[in-house]
Amino acid sequence: MASGRVDRKALVAEFRAFLDADSVLHEAEDLAPFECDGLTAYRQTPLVAVLPETIDQVQQVLRVCSARKVPVVARGAGTGLSGGALPLADGVLLVLAKFNRILAIDTANRTARVQPGVRNLAISEAAAAYGLYYAPDPSSQIACSIGGNVAENAGGLHCLKYGLTVHNILELEVVMVDGERLTIGAQSLDAAGYDLLALLTGSEGLLAVIVEITVKLLPKPECARLLLAAFDDVALAGAAVGKIVSAGIIPGGLEMMDNAAIRITDDFVHAGYPTDAAAILLCELDGTEQEVDDQLALVSSLMSECGCTEVRVAADEAERQRFWAGRKNAFPAVGKISPDYYCMDGTIPRHQLPTVLTRTAELSQEYGLPVVNVFHAGDGNLHPLILYDASTEGEVERVEELGGKILELCVAVGGTITGEHGVGVEKIDQMCVQFAAAELQHFHAVKNAFDAGNLLNPGKAVPTLTRCAELGGMHVHGGELPFPDIERF
Amino acid sequence: MAADRDASTELGERVQRAAGQGTPLDIVAGGSKGFLGRITQSETLDVSAHRGILSYEPSELVLTARAGTPLAEIEDALAVSGQMLAFEPPHFGPSATLGGTVAGALSGPRRPYAGAARDFVLGVKILSGEGRPLSFGGQVMKNVAGYDVSRLMVGAMGTLGVLLEISLKVLPRPARDATVTFAMDAPAAIEAMNAWAGKPLPLSGAYHDEDRLHVRLSGTAGGVDRAIERLGGEAGDGSERWRALREHTLAFFDTELPLWRLSLPAATPPLALPGQTLIDWGGALRWLKSDADVSRIRPAVAEVGGHATLYRNGDRHGDVFHPLTSAMLALHRRLKASFDPKGVLNRGRMYPAL
Ligand SMILES: Cc1cc2nc3c(=O)[nH]c(=O)nc-3n(C[C@H](O)[C@H](O)[C@H](O)COP(=O)(O)OP(=O)(O)OC[C@H]3O[C@@H](n4cnc5c(N)ncnc54)[C@H](O)[C@@H]3O)c2cc1C
Repeated sequence: MASGRVDRKALVAEFRAFLDADSVLHEAEDLAPFECDGLTAYRQTPLVAVLPETIDQVQQVLRVCSARKVPVVARGAGTGLSGGALPLADGVLLVLAKFNRILAIDTANRTARVQPGVRNLAISEAAAAYGLYYAPDPSSQIACSIGGNVAENAGGLHCLKYGLTVHNILELEVVMVDGERLTIGAQSLDAAGYDLLALLTGSEGLLAVIVEITVKLLPKPECARLLLAAFDDVALAGAAVGKIVSAGIIPGGLEMMDNAAIRITDDFVHAGYPTDAAAILLCELDGTEQEVDDQLALVSSLMSECGCTEVRVAADEAERQRFWAGRKNAFPAVGKISPDYYCMDGTIPRHQLPTVLTRTAELSQEYGLPVVNVFHAGDGNLHPLILYDASTEGEVERVEELGGKILELCVAVGGTITGEHGVGVEKIDQMCVQFAAAELQHFHAVKNAFDAGNLLNPGKAVPTLTRCAELGGMHVHGGELPFPDIERF
Repeated sequence: MAADRDASTELGERVQRAAGQGTPLDIVAGGSKGFLGRITQSETLDVSAHRGILSYEPSELVLTARAGTPLAEIEDALAVSGQMLAFEPPHFGPSATLGGTVAGALSGPRRPYAGAARDFVLGVKILSGEGRPLSFGGQVMKNVAGYDVSRLMVGAMGTLGVLLEISLKVLPRPARDATVTFAMDAPAAIEAMNAWAGKPLPLSGAYHDEDRLHVRLSGTAGGVDRAIERLGGEAGDGSERWRALREHTLAFFDTELPLWRLSLPAATPPLALPGQTLIDWGGALRWLKSDADVSRIRPAVAEVGGHATLYRNGDRHGDVFHPLTSAMLALHRRLKASFDPKGVLNRGRMYPAL
């Protein structure tokens, strides 16, 4: 989209009619903090950034933008990892940071009504007094906003058992592109009409702006115990995950780290991991004390049957926190030893874990770029971290190419290019690998039903058919898929 | 038992023809949900031949089946590996299929504690209203590539696409189920169900009927035993009772009166409406048999943040589902047009305008 099409001055003047000066940013230095989200490789300053604080103001912003045909990008906390909140040069950045209030906690119905800019963790903190919490816990939970979580359908360490964002919300207030306000979902467990709540969840700001959210709250489990199992072979650890699930146990969390990840994080937080292990599994069991005791015994013996070299059960809460600290600090730990890293997010059918890890290691060798694996093993959501140095000439391009290859590998084994971080601008080309033209066309048709003028976050999440056609030479469809020798579903 | 078969090509051709001629189609498989929704009189599109389980890997917790596959066949296959459909769908007859269950978003007593049909749908293959095969979602637990069209199909009553294949997340069956029963009136039961739902207890069902509150507990043997001790009440097996509740074969459901399905915030006190009520889903679902006028029922339910469906009996030509606001209806129509531009799929089954 060509910049300079829109008259910045006139736009600012219109916004100033209902927003104060501090809430309409247009000087380069004021806009700089908003030029990227968590995917820092992409940067762009918006034409104008607005920070409304009432729903009415959001409606007015969207009316102005609709009338002037100015694109709008919503932004929560800007922790997204796919460039979803990347501004547009000729667009308005609609920052929801001032919507930071928890409006109500309904203990009888176990729900919280919150504004979109509220931080994920703040909800659980506010609910703790009632023995309740909000289950989805992305690793970014101290910073990311609940509005951004809904827009990305964020997951977390405990979503194998407790679900993703889509499973833990009831109702949204949204503002459509023309400024109209709609209620999506309901305070009850279901709503009349189509399941628009599901459609809006994970829609990356392309369908409507979310201005209020009712989330479900769950009772805090009575107890949680963490078991660590070490393996001298990654494939054995992968198989052990299937064993736990087949035995009828859905752990609260089930995470895996490879040797590189174990060593790097242990150096960083001194978690006390067995640093010579090829892989470790962290298996958290939660529930009532009797349930946890029953399951802990079962999982311990299963792990031994699976050929683990060692099983440790965190002796107390301090050790449990220490074991988790390693996993939770994996990204910063990697950031400590490598100038830059790039986080991938594919999901695969779990039985493909050994194949995908082996292939990833081969690709890593081929490109001469180290890859560290920490991931949500329970639901097959991988986060390979590619280590690199952006100041090395041409390295960024090679990293992106390697990343693309890993995602295509995930698709080839029956998985998906993104489990929880979204497509944004980052994975737009891989969408052409995962979906055929007919499906992409339908995505555009859905978009059209909400935003016929294509003003909400245009250019993100769903590629144009033209773009895919141009890439066609690179990504072969039908007949000749990438990785033809890999077994498929 | 009919043989597994891929009938998608002939179904696609049939839908294409209908779209070409603009003749609406009623999608039917087992016919067990014929009572649900509005009465329409279109040509029948019989999808029951398109059946068979396509893949099921217990360690992956994922099953994929053609939409015409009998629900019983799927549940039997899962039971062999000690697994289940955790949303506990009602069958409402032996011919129930997976497609009808998903199209109608049917979930049973376990719903408030385990999730609804939509929560377990991972991917779908559908025919659009133009007869084009389309695939959305997949067979993995986490997938945010593209809009969540799979879940949009759940509860759309076939108005957005003909379901061809569905991939579901399945769960292990709990090692033990038990039921405890208490003598209690409705207001006390609503309070108790919600108080317990706020505590870490292994609940898997809670309903109130005839001044009795029945609570089901599911989990490990030790966990269930301890929960029984904590709750008190009269303990028993109760599995037959939960099946009867799910299948609407309890005495309560034996009625010629209009049966209303009221979906409400769980802790809402009993509504002052004429008729008899059975409370399920820990308070979030109220079955009301009443000949009170719709103009009395719907506002009372909307007032407390819920919606009311005329589930069985009554006027099947009117607004069976809770009417949408004009802005919502307009959005629904635009979505319908994007999947089914000629308006041939289950036209009028859900709302007159869709
Ligand atoms: C260290 C780190 C760890 C992470 N761990 C996880 C993890 O474990 N699981 C996980 O799922 N993610 C994780 N993430 C990614 C990120 O935190 C999530 O995607 C989060 O949901 C983004 O929230 P946000 O408020 O920062 O949104 P932003 O980055 O501001 O925006 C994300 C997208 O949502 C849209 N959006 C934001 N607010 C609204 C709104 N109110 N209405 C409409 N659209 C809106 C934006 O346009 C954009 O497309 C991690 C990120 C980091 C940096």
